[in-house]
Amino acid sequence: MISGKTTFQGYRRENGRVGIRNHVLILPVDDLSNAAAEAVAHNIKGAMAIPHPYGRLQFGADLDLHFRTLIGAGSNPNVAAVVVICIEEQWAKRVVDGIAKTGKPVTGFGIELHGDHDTILRASKVAKEYVQWASELQRVECPISDLWVSCKCGESDTTSGCGSNPTVGNAFDKLEPLGVTLCFGETTEITGGENIVADRCATPQVREAWMRVFNRYQEVIDRHKTSDLMDSQPTKGNIAGGLTTIEEKALGNIQKIGKKCKVIGVLDKAESPTGPGLWFMDSSSAAAEMVTLLAAAGYAVHFFPTGQGNVIGNPILPVIKLTANPRTARTMSEHIDLDVSGLLQRQKNMDQCGDELLQAMLRTCNGRLTCAEALGHREFVLTRLYESA
Amino acid sequence: MIQVLVHDKKDTVGVIVIEGVKAGQELTGWVMEDDSTIKVKALNDIPIGHKLALKDIGNGETVIKYGFDIGKAVAPIKKGEHAHVHNMKTKRW
Repeated sequence: MISGKTTFQGYRRENGRVGIRNHVLILPVDDLSNAAAEAVAHNIKGAMAIPHPYGRLQFGADLDLHFRTLIGAGSNPNVAAVVVICIEEQWAKRVVDGIAKTGKPVTGFGIELHGDHDTILRASKVAKEYVQWASELQRVECPISDLWVSCKCGESDTTSGCGSNPTVGNAFDKLEPLGVTLCFGETTEITGGENIVADRCATPQVREAWMRVFNRYQEVIDRHKTSDLMDSQPTKGNIAGGLTTIEEKALGNIQKIGKKCKVIGVLDKAESPTGPGLWFMDSSSAAAEMVTLLAAAGYAVHFFPTGQGNVIGNPILPVIKLTANPRTARTMSEHIDLDVSGLLQRQKNMDQCGDELLQAMLRTCNGRLTCAEALGHREFVLTRLYESA
Repeated sequence: MIQVLVHDKKDTVGVIVIEGVKAGQELTGWVMEDDSTIKVKALNDIPIGHKLALKDIGNGETVIKYGFDIGKAVAPIKKGEHAHVHNMKTKRW
């Protein structure tokens, strides 16, 4: 069904990257700037604020990740233009300078010496210009190889490993040879399947990088755990859905990378890949945290298989949800973009479901809103590495 | 109609894929690896998504799913019995 000749209608940005949405972001650098950012988004129709609770007194690698995530979010090709608001003007400039490298319109504002009222007024004037400018941008025909597709599952159960995760794997196996840029992650959620991923690494160097991030994360768990992590990993929802151990969850999880794709590199959190193929991102397995990191890395569309029914969305990265659990498809239908429960009764095969997912992906890329977008799910969750100073 | 899904021929547990399985019910399982069919009788009521043992598993024995080690039994599990957090545990954390 999908081939090298497949195209979609996307927004080609100044730096050549292709997006499938055309957002004007109002981006607060810190918690204190949320109120002004939300006021601007309220004033200017079509602008979107993405509030979050962090950005003060962070330092070292944690601060670097904070900036990398914000600059990455603004740089994502699903974003047309950005207004940055920060309590301190100098740090607004740091984010503006990072986003400006893409060539897209971006302006920053500091609240200190101005107050909220004046900041909201000045920022609203720029946001209005950006929204009107962006509204005239046209979608253009783009080859499938311009697409960046990420995956991460949530509230998994045993049907995830039987149906929805291998459906993503089937789609990934079809996208990878077409030069699409792909990503998976969830470092600790591969516990028990780490050797399977190691065997899929394209080179000894990638294998070594993978085992290094895997072992590092295991040390974090060992250092902080007070129990065997039951109810956290697997979660209560996972257990209610029939999953019993982290190993069982992990073996289901890695069905998402299909049967053929090779892992060509390991990314740090929110780091952008440098070429087509399947990348691993070292990340938390918490849904909103990881999807936010993927948005910051520049991914344009996301596959989210669920078992018990995770409802996550992201403001920048459209999240396509699929489930193989017939009860979830029935009781939470407003959240499910694709029902693949027919797999469990052999009414459908994996190849058909993979094609259906790719069809859903193309419709999403061409502009159809996902369930999460229509329902207003905009979980923008920053990953923290340790305490603030 | 399939009531149980089994990933690999080596697996010692299978997944219930219909709602409302009752104790004593005769179940048909589909082994995805080689497209074969098995029969097993449920010894408990088992919810959709939960597992049942496909053979007797001794206390401390490794439980196999997807053809791999998914943890150990912490109590004996009889063939057809519900295999879950009350009688299985991770070997990792």
